[in-house]
Amino acid sequence: MATADQVYPRDTPAQLLPAPVASTGVLGWLRANLFSSPANIALTMICVAAIVWIVPPLLRFFIFDAVWSGADREACLPSEQRPEPGACWAFVRVWSSYFVYGFYPISERWRVDLFFVLLALGIAWLAWLGAPRRDLGAIYFFIVLPILSYILLSGVPMIGLPDVPTSLWGGILVTIVVATVGIVASLPLGILLALGRRSTMPAVRLASITFIEFVRGVPLITVLFMASVMLPLFVPDRFAPDKLVRALIGVALFASAYMAEVVRGGLLSIPRGQYEAAQALGLSYWRMMILVILPQALRVTLPNIVNTFIGLFKDTTLVFIVGIFDFLRTIEAARGDPHWATPVTSVTGYAFAAVFYFVCCYGMSRYSRNVEARLARAHRR
Amino acid sequence: MAKMLQFPVRSKQQWTNIALQAALVVVVGGLIYAAAVNAANNLAKAGIASGFRFWDNTAGFDISQTLISYSSSASTFGRAFWVGLLNTLLVASLGIVLATALGFTIGIARLSRNWLVSHLAGGYVELVRNIPLLLQILVWYNAVLKSLPDLRGSIAIPGGAFLNNRGLFLPQPMFGANFGYVAAALLLGMVATLALRIWGRRRQDSTGQPPRMLYYAFGLIVLLPLVVFFAAGEPLSFSFPEMARFNIRGGAEILPEFAALLVALTIYTAAFIAEVVRAGILGLRSGATLRLVVVPQAMRVIVPPLTSQYLNLTKNSSLAVAIGYPDLVQVFAGSVLNITGQAVEVIAITMAVYLFLSLVTSFLMNLYGRRVAIAER
Amino acid sequence: MTDATNAARQSGGATTQWAVEIIALNKWYGDFHVLRDINLTVARGERIVICGPSGSGKSTMLRCINRLEDWQRGRVVVDGKELTDDARQILAVRRDIGMVFQQFNLFPHLTVLENCTLAPIWVRRLPKKDAEELAMRYLRRVRIPDQALKYPSQLSGGQQQRVAIARALCMSPHIMLFDEPTSALDPEMVKEVLDTMVELAGDGITMLVVTHEMGFARQVANRIIFMADGQIVEINEPKAFFENPQHERTRLFLRQILH
Repeated sequence: MATADQVYPRDTPAQLLPAPVASTGVLGWLRANLFSSPANIALTMICVAAIVWIVPPLLRFFIFDAVWSGADREACLPSEQRPEPGACWAFVRVWSSYFVYGFYPISERWRVDLFFVLLALGIAWLAWLGAPRRDLGAIYFFIVLPILSYILLSGVPMIGLPDVPTSLWGGILVTIVVATVGIVASLPLGILLALGRRSTMPAVRLASITFIEFVRGVPLITVLFMASVMLPLFVPDRFAPDKLVRALIGVALFASAYMAEVVRGGLLSIPRGQYEAAQALGLSYWRMMILVILPQALRVTLPNIVNTFIGLFKDTTLVFIVGIFDFLRTIEAARGDPHWATPVTSVTGYAFAAVFYFVCCYGMSRYSRNVEARLARAHRR
Repeated sequence: MAKMLQFPVRSKQQWTNIALQAALVVVVGGLIYAAAVNAANNLAKAGIASGFRFWDNTAGFDISQTLISYSSSASTFGRAFWVGLLNTLLVASLGIVLATALGFTIGIARLSRNWLVSHLAGGYVELVRNIPLLLQILVWYNAVLKSLPDLRGSIAIPGGAFLNNRGLFLPQPMFGANFGYVAAALLLGMVATLALRIWGRRRQDSTGQPPRMLYYAFGLIVLLPLVVFFAAGEPLSFSFPEMARFNIRGGAEILPEFAALLVALTIYTAAFIAEVVRAGILGLRSGATLRLVVVPQAMRVIVPPLTSQYLNLTKNSSLAVAIGYPDLVQVFAGSVLNITGQAVEVIAITMAVYLFLSLVTSFLMNLYGRRVAIAER
Repeated sequence: MTDATNAARQSGGATTQWAVEIIALNKWYGDFHVLRDINLTVARGERIVICGPSGSGKSTMLRCINRLEDWQRGRVVVDGKELTDDARQILAVRRDIGMVFQQFNLFPHLTVLENCTLAPIWVRRLPKKDAEELAMRYLRRVRIPDQALKYPSQLSGGQQQRVAIARALCMSPHIMLFDEPTSALDPEMVKEVLDTMVELAGDGITMLVVTHEMGFARQVANRIIFMADGQIVEINEPKAFFENPQHERTRLFLRQILH
């Protein structure tokens, strides 16, 4: 029988106590995450063992025992002071200007540097979501920059910039050029293709679908082969585009098909009500698309757009196979240099390339995740 | 959006649309026509033939890996095509199997409660996904496999295999005449197991008794072929590789090109598959926990992007041309194109093959999607 | 005003234009006959409330008036302009019709002010300053001038719908269409929107409102239309409609809705 004595409420407030030591702080975390069960303990042991087995040798090879300066292979071969040399970074340093510029004439390399700076400005303007007048930024990036870049890199003798034929371009310059052209061309083309795919006009829709499905169904290699081998056949001799331009065309067409699908996904996710509200206000098709639908669609699929760019950046390596001297190919060319023939040259060269690509791609993917998180927060109402 | 009235009357708008489309057809058609004319002129000038008659001409070049019989002096370009295609399918199918196994493991590891395990798996995924596949292939081929010892210093692997920089030499199974019966028995066993499973499900529907499959499956798939094997006089022997002075005789050879391509494709695609699996299972976390419910739901979410990764792997196998593995692109759009010069036909055929694979896969995916969607309602 | 309707009818309609004329309108969705032989004329300045069970086609009929839906048979004439396939004509008609949707459909990437000035700038070619002045005027009318620089996601449902009304009004339409404007709102916000609409009614603009809010209908409507199964079952003035419904179907509906 319940009596007044068995009432639970306290007559003094309960004390605020800290949590038990073993369940919080470092110890608690270790317990929950690494040692929570026998299976877990075993896994942790295996992982620690793997790390110990892999990481120290890697550190030793790439940092502690690496050779940072030298003039030729002698510096990186095993010697008495250095029985087991690590990576030959001296090789990378000596070859570095080739890796960045290819055979671009040394006196004109300031033009390439200027191009890099202008490009970085354009990217920063568009990528920073809080930047002012980003519509101007878009015009700069998609129209002004390409023209400026062409003038700078290729040269216009009339205004004092001597011609530099594309056969001299190489290395990171080429990789960046291919990636940038791919991005600049694929976004507008992709939007047009995506709109075309949704068009009510059957001829337009058929043409768009055919192009998109065809390009997405074949490997990039075959598109590049098609561009580099077949394009000269299809045009009369006077217009034959040079090797780099052919590769650029291939990459641009390939990327726009994938971009088209990304944009289409964005367009599909816009609720019908948005279209209807814009139409009810009397907006014509193009006004509706440009002012209301596309801004929303592009915002929503921005993470996917960036992911497509990451894929594009990695795909620039394929121009290697059609004879363009992109960054990877310069590495391949350099590692065969007899002046630097050592057992570690290839590994060093590849490691350098891997770091470059990883930094660029990982940076882009972090940005994409950042944008995704911001979008998710903004939409949470 | 305004649709067209079904009256025969055509409004100004419709005429404009028709005119626009006609213009598009004219422009595109005109471009194609001009391209064709130019191509014909240029090809004629270079003395290159047209048409598909080259298919039956003698190939005249060697291929380093042929799954079907091929000789440079007796085989045709057409035969070379099939050799290349089979090589592509070989590396693609093995790659798909291995990448799926590795990818699922990593994907599940990503979800582990163990911080070390999940972050190591995550590190693997980030590292592999952000480095171009071509670079990875080159690393495996040039940096790893080339640094294997040469013929003299071949590493002997227990079981009768040799590893050196020319390749991996394995004991090759030689199938006797009666092996067909064993294969038939295996096939029969699998079909019977499937039938038994369907029957068991039906019985479960009506009586509620769950099917007890394991023993029957084991018996049908393992024991039955084994019995037939012995009864047919053990029609299986092995040809072991033997070290001779300048090469290794006997056995089956796995080219370093093949190995490098396969390893790189597997590791690269596994990273993407891991993400697909992780996304699929994460999407379920908040939902059901029963094994009979979770797995089918997970499959629904995972299968389409998974198939897309399989297609990517198959298309990526074309990078073989960079290291000289004789896949379809390397053999056909490489060697054959160089010899015959008939770029248009060769590239068209190559693209058609991949296009066919892609379209078939999309079609099957749509069927699957529709079947699964109905089940949801 | 019934007088307006009668006067228009008596003058034979030759010199007076109806705001909206729907003649023998029939629409099918595939095999489903969603609008059956709709005939309706709406005089300038009239306020029509359309009610009925869900699936009766009332929204569909409303959306035919600005050609958001098309039809297979019949004619729709708005302000003397017939709605056909002609895209230019459709745009011209839509310019003069304002529509308010159940789901508000504000543009999330633009501020409230930008939502309202978008169409005046790009369709009516107003300079930006004039468009912004116009927009502020209407935002004041719907009582949310202080929210002008906020984004739709920062407003409540009732505020968003009022912005939607202001956005439609900024185009100075002759006709306002409301498609269940309060159905998606939390109950405490329904009143603020209905009050805005009642004020609007006092301005003399032609209004067609699809709604379940019978109090509003009683207060504001010149005529109430009851639709069921794709047909107009009954049209009457509010008093007669509520006190003396002619058809059994109407009576059934009123019983259900006016418990």
